[in-house]
Amino acid sequence: MSINATLIGQMITFTLLVWFTMKYIWPPLIGAIEERKSKIAEGLAAAEKGQEEMELAAKNAANVLKEAKQQSADIVNLAQKRANEIVEESKDTAKTEGERLLIAAQAQIEQEMQNAQEKMRKEVSALALKAAGQILQQEIDKAKHKNLISKVSEQLGQA
Amino acid sequence: MATEAHAAEGATGYIVHHLTPLTVGEGFWSLHLDTLFFSAILGGLFVWFFKAAAEKATIGVPSTSQAFIEMIIEFVDQQVKDTFHGKSELIAPLALTIFIWVFLWNFMDLFPVDIIPGIAGMMGLEYMRVVPSTDLNATFALSISVFILIIFYSIKIKGVVGFAKELTCTPFGPWMMPFNLLLKLVEEIAKPISLALRLFGNLYAGELIFILIALLPWYIQPFLGFPWAVFHILIITLQAFIFMVLTVVYLSMAHEDH
Repeated sequence: MSINATLIGQMITFTLLVWFTMKYIWPPLIGAIEERKSKIAEGLAAAEKGQEEMELAAKNAANVLKEAKQQSADIVNLAQKRANEIVEESKDTAKTEGERLLIAAQAQIEQEMQNAQEKMRKEVSALALKAAGQILQQEIDKAKHKNLISKVSEQLGQA
Repeated sequence: MATEAHAAEGATGYIVHHLTPLTVGEGFWSLHLDTLFFSAILGGLFVWFFKAAAEKATIGVPSTSQAFIEMIIEFVDQQVKDTFHGKSELIAPLALTIFIWVFLWNFMDLFPVDIIPGIAGMMGLEYMRVVPSTDLNATFALSISVFILIIFYSIKIKGVVGFAKELTCTPFGPWMMPFNLLLKLVEEIAKPISLALRLFGNLYAGELIFILIALLPWYIQPFLGFPWAVFHILIITLQAFIFMVLTVVYLSMAHEDH
């Protein structure tokens, strides 16, 4: 167990081994380990972020849904109101139109009645005049009763 | 020593034979071929296995082998991050290399004590000590390399003056300079020595016990060998872990500027 040149040989071997390990073995392995570590950390962070985003999206969706429901309810309400209004309006219109038509019809009836009265009066007066004329032709001297004739004729014309 | 061991017979001879390395050369310039061979093979196994994983490394779903390698890498990285707060390209790979290499050294301890020396014996090699961490040269090679790094980073971070000041003026102030220096030198030198001897002592003792168990009759061996092997799985991992953690601690201490 004496110390001899084997020591030097062993030191050379050791130096070579350490050099080789330092140069070719340690860096790629530790690099792979560190890179994988960071990749896993990134993956975990991304997963967490994704989950958060999903939660946020779900919340957003719920909000949008709620808003949409509110909006549709508003629209239905508005439409109902509008329909009621339209019904009321058309009722009013119909009523006024009916009244207007009634008035117009009454006016027309009156008009026609007046026309008929006028016509009748004219016919009656013509008839009376004719009858009177025939009577008068027999009994009245035209010159003698001129005053009277014109007076009657005037009265008839006035009526 | 080798000739003595060869001459001795019986239990002592068996033990000494098992703990004698395959040596070439004389004096300081001799080499323990078995230590060099097995640690190089195990180091090659380590870089080959990890390089294959590094090449196939993907940031997607990892394969089973990649997940296993990444588990080790993350474990080492966590240990380094807990202790060392500076920024260094070297320390984490250094810690990984020490952890795996020392673990593989120690793992050789779990092979039955006679298998590999037996095969080597058939190939004509008289001695074969398969566990590199039972060789002081191997453990000291690691701890002295770490010690050189400690000195290097101490000077690099604190500067020559800063490091000299730390050696001479702490912990008792400039008036106690020689005493401080002595204290600090002991502290610094104790680091590599304790690192190397702790690993060596644990594994040497473990191997010795396996050899002792191998000396017992065959029908007793499983009852002692199996629990000791299971316990040893803990020891070999723990020793590799301790060596790594202490290395990181010492280097982070070298990085701290007072």
